[in-house]
Amino acid sequence: MITFEGVTKRYGDGTVAVDNLSLQVPTGAVTVFVGPSGCGKTTSLRMINRMIDPSEGRILLDDRDVRAIDPPTLRRGIGYVIQQSGLFPHRKIVDNVATVPYLLGWDKKKARARAMELLERVGLDPALAGRYPFQLSGGQQQRVGVARALAADPPVLLMDEPFSAVDPVVRASLQEELLRLQAELQKTIVFVTHDIDEAIKLGDTVAVLRVGGHLAQIADPATLLAEPADDFVAGFLGKDRGIRRLSFIPASKLRLSTGREVPGWSVALDEDDRPIGWRASGDGDGPLRPFGVFDPAQDSLRAALDAALLAPSGCAIAVDPGGRFAGVVTRETLDEALGRASGEALDPARSAAHARPAAGGDPDAGQAAG
Amino acid sequence: MNDTEPLVRWDWIGRHIPDITERLLDHVIMALVPVLLGLLIALPLGLASARWRGLYQPTVGVMNIVYSLPSLAVFIVLIPVTGLAERTTVIIPLTFYTLAVLVPAVVDGLESVPDHVRQSAVAMGFGPTRRLLRVDMPIAVPVVLAGLRVATVSSISLVSVGALIGRGGLGYYFIDGWQRQFYTPIIVGIVLVMVLAVLADGVLILAQRLLTPWARARRTS
Repeated sequence: MITFEGVTKRYGDGTVAVDNLSLQVPTGAVTVFVGPSGCGKTTSLRMINRMIDPSEGRILLDDRDVRAIDPPTLRRGIGYVIQQSGLFPHRKIVDNVATVPYLLGWDKKKARARAMELLERVGLDPALAGRYPFQLSGGQQQRVGVARALAADPPVLLMDEPFSAVDPVVRASLQEELLRLQAELQKTIVFVTHDIDEAIKLGDTVAVLRVGGHLAQIADPATLLAEPADDFVAGFLGKDRGIRRLSFIPASKLRLSTGREVPGWSVALDEDDRPIGWRASGDGDGPLRPFGVFDPAQDSLRAALDAALLAPSGCAIAVDPGGRFAGVVTRETLDEALGRASGEALDPARSAAHARPAAGGDPDAGQAAG
Repeated sequence: MNDTEPLVRWDWIGRHIPDITERLLDHVIMALVPVLLGLLIALPLGLASARWRGLYQPTVGVMNIVYSLPSLAVFIVLIPVTGLAERTTVIIPLTFYTLAVLVPAVVDGLESVPDHVRQSAVAMGFGPTRRLLRVDMPIAVPVVLAGLRVATVSSISLVSVGALIGRGGLGYYFIDGWQRQFYTPIIVGIVLVMVLAVLADGVLILAQRLLTPWARARRTS
């Protein structure tokens, strides 16, 4: 647990970067600091590992004031990932990853073995270990950055806009990778971003900061989307809050019709029972029409709605984790579920918080309905 | 010199091999000692200038003034102190010239460390000294080596001027040949000085490749 207690950072020229910030970063979860530039999110992050010291207030790391800990010692116990990777250009990838173990005095063999293990863990080819950073793509460098931060197995990870400098496709895959890693490792992560979508996708808790370093709201993403504290937060969250909130409602409660037929249409399957399209009823060899699928076990109501909107029948096809046909959700069933979603209290369970968007679906498809 | 006189008289070279070798060796010593001394002095000066920014401009300013002094004048001023035709009289001014090139090179090299690299070193728990030795200095090496190449080649060529005060290594042959209107020693001197410069530069390029394999390909990317 990291606790900010009335933390203020004031610079010599009178600028206030962070103003009386009090909040708690829970252990083993991702807390995102999000806000426009100048909101003090990076300053707040850097006060945790004493890259910056606060003017007032204190920061506790598991009940110890960080100012009582000698900075290098403190920092070796906190992983750190930044936007431009910060990799050492003169060191091979394996040695970059082993940096903190070396600093902690591990022997070279053990440190390198650990580095190799981490490269694999973050999804990098171990053959890259002997290369230099400039020989890697931006996305690969960021993965190395994450591996390096994890090398000494620190309980806390600070990430300062780590995925901002890569293209959207790579960014999405890095985000997925981080969620996967976090599910395994359960680190206490503080993640800074200016991208609210990234905050909502990654955060268990999201702290929205406004210019001048004020905390505007801190809540889990579903609550944030449903009940923004004020106009600033609502404005920052942007459009389509209603649709986006559906990402946090699991699709597992939807009632499936197990037949392949709906009025006017039927689901066509291949020999492995995987859906290949919709076909007009009674038109045995007719053309296949587009379709969308979702997996009730992992996906959200948003994914199900998206799958329905993609199909001419207006129905979503449910599949099992192997991609085989599991049933159909009709528009009526979806309507009921959407009605419940807007009416019922927010589901505090975070099980579906990171539900995937519709398989192969266009994340913007939902906006067409709005 | 008459028209039948050849441009190079090989027999002269043959008869003077021991003399040529001796002057060549003297030349190498007088050229390279200043570079080594310069490097030894430039490192702490450059580190201090990079650490305390206020020192940088005055240091480089003084270095540039020193660099602008005519070498012959400096030699003459030093003669009463260090003696005529002494190695030291040549080595001292050349050391200053080397410094004028190397101090800015060390500072620029340290400044070439990207800010995000420095920040992440701090964030991972490097103390100031360890960061300097393990991160900043290695990353500065390509820029320092580039400065070292300039300093070395110019030092090799400047030694010749020492001939005017009686200690110029291969430079002696320029004066000797000019006074006698006899080209062979002049050509021997020029060729050997050039060979020395090219060899020294080649050694430094090789060192650069071996020491900083990470920088070679970065330039092409």
